[in-house]
Amino acid sequence: MMDQYRGDALDRRRFLTGVGSAALIISGAAVIHTDEAWGLEVKNLTPETMRTLIKMARDIYPHDRVADRFYAVAMKSYDVKSGTDPQTKTMVEQGVARLDELARKQHGVAYVDVGWESDRVALLRQMEGEPFFQSVRSGLVVSLYNQKEVWPIFGYEGESASRGGYIHRGFDDIAWL
Amino acid sequence: MAAKYDLNDDSVVVIIGSGAGGGTLANELAQKGIKVVVLEAGKRHEIGDFTNNEWDSFTQLAWSDMRTTSGSWRVHRDFPNLPAWIVKAVGGSTVHWAGASLRLQEHEFKVRSVYGTIPGTNLLDWPLSLRELEPYYAKAEDKLGVTRTNGIPGLPGNNNFKVLAAGATKVGYKGVHTGRMAINSQPRDGRGSCQQIGFCFQGCLSGAKWSTLYTEIPKGEQTGKLEIRPESHAAQIEHDAAGKVTGVVYFDTEGKRQRQKARAICVAGNSIETPRLLLLSQSSKFANGLANSSGQVGRNYMRHMTGSVYAVFDRPVRMWRGTTMAGIVTDEAAHDPKRGFVGGYEMETLSLGLPFMAAFLNPGAWGREFTSALDSYENMAGMWLVGEDMPQENNRITLDLSAKDKWGLPVASVHYDDHANDRAMRDHAHKAGGAIYQAVGATRVFPTPPYPSTHNLGTCRMSENPRDGVCNKFGQTHDVKNLFISDGSQFTTGGAENPTLTIVTLAIRQAEYIADQMSKNSI
Repeated sequence: MMDQYRGDALDRRRFLTGVGSAALIISGAAVIHTDEAWGLEVKNLTPETMRTLIKMARDIYPHDRVADRFYAVAMKSYDVKSGTDPQTKTMVEQGVARLDELARKQHGVAYVDVGWESDRVALLRQMEGEPFFQSVRSGLVVSLYNQKEVWPIFGYEGESASRGGYIHRGFDDIAWL
Repeated sequence: MAAKYDLNDDSVVVIIGSGAGGGTLANELAQKGIKVVVLEAGKRHEIGDFTNNEWDSFTQLAWSDMRTTSGSWRVHRDFPNLPAWIVKAVGGSTVHWAGASLRLQEHEFKVRSVYGTIPGTNLLDWPLSLRELEPYYAKAEDKLGVTRTNGIPGLPGNNNFKVLAAGATKVGYKGVHTGRMAINSQPRDGRGSCQQIGFCFQGCLSGAKWSTLYTEIPKGEQTGKLEIRPESHAAQIEHDAAGKVTGVVYFDTEGKRQRQKARAICVAGNSIETPRLLLLSQSSKFANGLANSSGQVGRNYMRHMTGSVYAVFDRPVRMWRGTTMAGIVTDEAAHDPKRGFVGGYEMETLSLGLPFMAAFLNPGAWGREFTSALDSYENMAGMWLVGEDMPQENNRITLDLSAKDKWGLPVASVHYDDHANDRAMRDHAHKAGGAIYQAVGATRVFPTPPYPSTHNLGTCRMSENPRDGVCNKFGQTHDVKNLFISDGSQFTTGGAENPTLTIVTLAIRQAEYIADQMSKNSI
């Protein structure tokens, strides 16, 4: 963590925003990931809303080997859609506001700052039946797992016909039975 | 070389649908010199159009026209507008099927006699026996190039099969092999041999798997007697005052209403659209729907007892490599009521890619219990269970008058409830599948619920007595002599076996009958 040091201002902001959101910070109209070194600019939602969505995405489908940037890519479409569909924008903003309200009532901080995953998951369970949660969850099934760059993390090899199928590439190579 | 018929040519046979039933029937009739027009709702693709990407392929091939659902089945909860995963394209579901080609068993043609009365079911004996179908099954196996028939070697076993075989053998099962598959294990019939691509469900990019799209249909077209009209959606079947069908109203590629006249009409739209079309064709003479004096049109919908078992091991399996379904354990397919249910089930290897596994392993599930399963995806093996589900009169296709499709026609609504026999069989099958994997060291086993139905049967069933069903032993409707049912809707009961081989078999036999009837001017 020492070599992520980029100066006092960033450091102070990290402690001010809390342990739960250590890596994802807000800068202008963007969510910045200090560890993975990427930024996601938003046009139609606030960066705070997008940061909450990214956190929510990982809490719904947590994979420890999958970097935050894949969850960010998955949630980007909400910013895009909020630009053309007012109902989506309302659903997301109201949903995030409600999630934060629950978090403040039960933990005294916003959702992204609730420290333990199990506590955040418990908050999500309270919203499980609602359209906002269901929209995010069901959208992630495709928007997260259909990213080609995610597949190698799980060992999945994807397209095969152009490589001649698996007939010469280990279709029956299991060796431990 | 393909034919082109005039809309007013009433000497043609019109077939609706181009899959295992419609595509085979079309070619068989054309080979006999009979003029055929096939109306297919979907597009015509080439082999090169297929894609090794699950969601892109789904968008390309799947029937996604609006449908509604009801009933206690889980598909209604998780996929309320997707009761079935079937194909909308020339070739029908033979484009995306896995290739498993099994004959029904002898007792499965007479389950009412063998199983007796089971409360809540509408069991009925077929008006056909296995013996009568045997010569046609043989023709179908030759046509499809089914492995382990006609001197065709079985496919080699992939990783997923090896796990199944090792576990099944350890448990004591005897009927374990790489299946009777309509997939070339060596070049045959102008098509190459299997490259173990592993995307059988997304259209076979090597052409090794049989599909009417690139076998029956081009062969039929070469006779000069067959015309295929893709993107032609049948909306209504018309009849005359005497009760004979006279033509099909359909929406063409430009969305314009057309009428093709016909000497005979054969409906092969798969078991949801076929009864839907008959119901949409109601008239003052056929107040309950065309050919529906029995009230059985749409009823007795069966989707097989299905479910899956996926298992995680402590070392890689890489089950996605190679054929999706070339592996089977047949022992449980026998009828053995000591297990606590009638009928049996087959156990067949199955694999899904990561994207589809996320969607179907446990629809709706989230959190670490779910993601820890996907984290072990590389170490997973999987099987699909397919068994005989009970026909129930109230499992049925009806018209949903509150939901219209893009043509303004009421959509099909599918109602399904499991019977107690189905649940007992599924529980047994999940446990048996789990035991196979545990025998070779599975650390975690997942019983998976049924997917949107890939096997859809029984909704215009054959019967001896016209009061019990919709068509006779040749698929000819009881009420209308020149109207035929030509797909899996004909099945009186479902048996434990994948239905495609039987659908092709019935089509070969029906073509013979239709040609004979036409030569005698009975049709």
